[in-house]
Amino acid sequence: MVVYVLCLMFFLVGIYCILRKRNIIKIIVGVIISEYAVNLFFLLVGYKSSGRSPILCSDRDVQYMAAHMVDPLPQAVVLTSIVIGLATTALLVAIAMRIYGKYRTFDITKIRELKG
Amino acid sequence: MKPGALIIPLFVAIPLAGAFINSVIGKKNKAISDIIGVVITAVLVVLSLLSVYYVNQSGLIPYSVGSWKPPVGIGLVLDGLSSFMLVTVNIVAFLIALYSVNYMERFTAKFRFFTLFLLMVAGMNGVVITGDIFNLFVFLEIASVASYALVAFGTEKHELEAAFKYAVMSTVGSLFILLGIVLLYSYTSTLNMADMAVVISKSGFSNIIIFVTVLFIMGFGLKAALVPFHAWLPDAHPSAPAPISAMLSGVLIKSLGVYTLCRIIYNVIGMNVVISEVLLFLGAVSMVIGVFLAIGQWDFKRLLAYHSISQIGYVILGIGLWTPLGILGGLFHLLNHSLFKSLLFLNSGAVEHATGTRDLKQMGGISEKMPVTSGTGLVASMSIAGIPPFNGFWSKLIIIVAAVQANRYGYAFWAVLASVMTLASFMKVMKYGFYGKLRAGLESVKEAPFYMQLSMVILALLCVSGGILLLPELRAMFLDSAQTALSQGTGMAASILNMVKI
Repeated sequence: MVVYVLCLMFFLVGIYCILRKRNIIKIIVGVIISEYAVNLFFLLVGYKSSGRSPILCSDRDVQYMAAHMVDPLPQAVVLTSIVIGLATTALLVAIAMRIYGKYRTFDITKIRELKG
Repeated sequence: MKPGALIIPLFVAIPLAGAFINSVIGKKNKAISDIIGVVITAVLVVLSLLSVYYVNQSGLIPYSVGSWKPPVGIGLVLDGLSSFMLVTVNIVAFLIALYSVNYMERFTAKFRFFTLFLLMVAGMNGVVITGDIFNLFVFLEIASVASYALVAFGTEKHELEAAFKYAVMSTVGSLFILLGIVLLYSYTSTLNMADMAVVISKSGFSNIIIFVTVLFIMGFGLKAALVPFHAWLPDAHPSAPAPISAMLSGVLIKSLGVYTLCRIIYNVIGMNVVISEVLLFLGAVSMVIGVFLAIGQWDFKRLLAYHSISQIGYVILGIGLWTPLGILGGLFHLLNHSLFKSLLFLNSGAVEHATGTRDLKQMGGISEKMPVTSGTGLVASMSIAGIPPFNGFWSKLIIIVAAVQANRYGYAFWAVLASVMTLASFMKVMKYGFYGKLRAGLESVKEAPFYMQLSMVILALLCVSGGILLLPELRAMFLDSAQTALSQGTGMAASILNMVKI
């Protein structure tokens, strides 16, 4: 239970960072943190305490393996999700660099030419 | 395997291959990237019309990727709603690719534009045809990441600011969607949408489903720019180059926001009275607030962007009514809005191309110089305002009639009010922008180049003739099959699973 609460707090730290920070780089870090929190939560869903790795081997029967393995699907899926997060982060950082080139600042209160 | 199943993966494979080829050889030969962009989207239009035919022939068509049978493998599903969305997305994408051939000349890296454009089309087609919820998330992110890059394409101050805002907000929306998917997975221990629906309908409603529904409404509502989540749209859509504004407003917010929301709420979680009320309320609020914010704008594209919020409100209102007629009206309005709103954005692009301004106060009287642009703009304005016999009139009429039939007189009243306000704000556009006296300094304005005119004229013809789709035969083929796919609700899931097992 404690793990889930910590994971939720991790997510909230990220969201807080996105909402409250003025520096563009800190906002990007916030996005990364909350992304990792969701990925971590996905892994926790498939986790089993003292479970073994999800590889079938011939010395045990399938029933035993199925009862003691951790769920392999979240692990496979989280990999995809991490890659997507990488793409998003790279693009955000690229945009942030271009913004710095145009405005000479990372402060979002000074980058307000659009009305919203 | 059913006939027609083989065309399903092509909707993703062809644009992805096109994007790859384009990024490799487009730099050396400029003409070839135009040809790739236009030809591939044209092929997709033909395939999507073919998919409508196949769906009418044989109903639901499942496809298992790599012959791994669902629920273990990834399943693609083509049904009435998917083929409807495919037609909408691909027709608009084709005409916008045609338009971009001339319009994007002023940017240096045109082949990069077509690469990102095709990636976005691949993502949107993928979202529409997939039957696996994590796969849906992946395609949604492909389309979103491509669209962030396209909004920032001009790399000027405003583009970058809007793109950053859009990227951060949309990423947060995606995170909520992913969180919802994780919770659904932990509840049902499957990622296949049909399998999920069967498990959920067996185990009944529980608190976790309510929480997941809220997460999805937040996440997809952010993608669809419903009113409490709309702040990114009026910045991002006007800042992008005109073809991309048309693509974002025309189809991206629909396939990523509205389609996914309806698909998951109707076919996976199952519709109920509370969700219906929430959707009706969100729809009505977006409809009214969007149009009130739009009417005061003087930037042409910004005004159009606010109208997108308002028109998405109509779609959600129709779908939220939860009656067959309401769903039909909502979906028909979705198609019509994608046609006339992309036409309006293309008009604004043509005006900007010729005069270099988007400010309505600095335009004026350009109808003598640009007859095609202003003529098609007039058609689109009358469609969006709901003047008969243009397509927007029919779909709004259906939504209002459906609201009255469902005894929702209040919502019908707001729909009529928003329609009147829309008419008022487009009269302003026509008066200040296109008609009246020619403003000094605009004497040398020239009409848009050939391909831009061509795509605008085709879209205008589609807007004029859109009402034909309500003729009984065409309606049964196209709109009714899309509507039944939604109104079947979670019952559809069992038939998909049965079909796959054989």
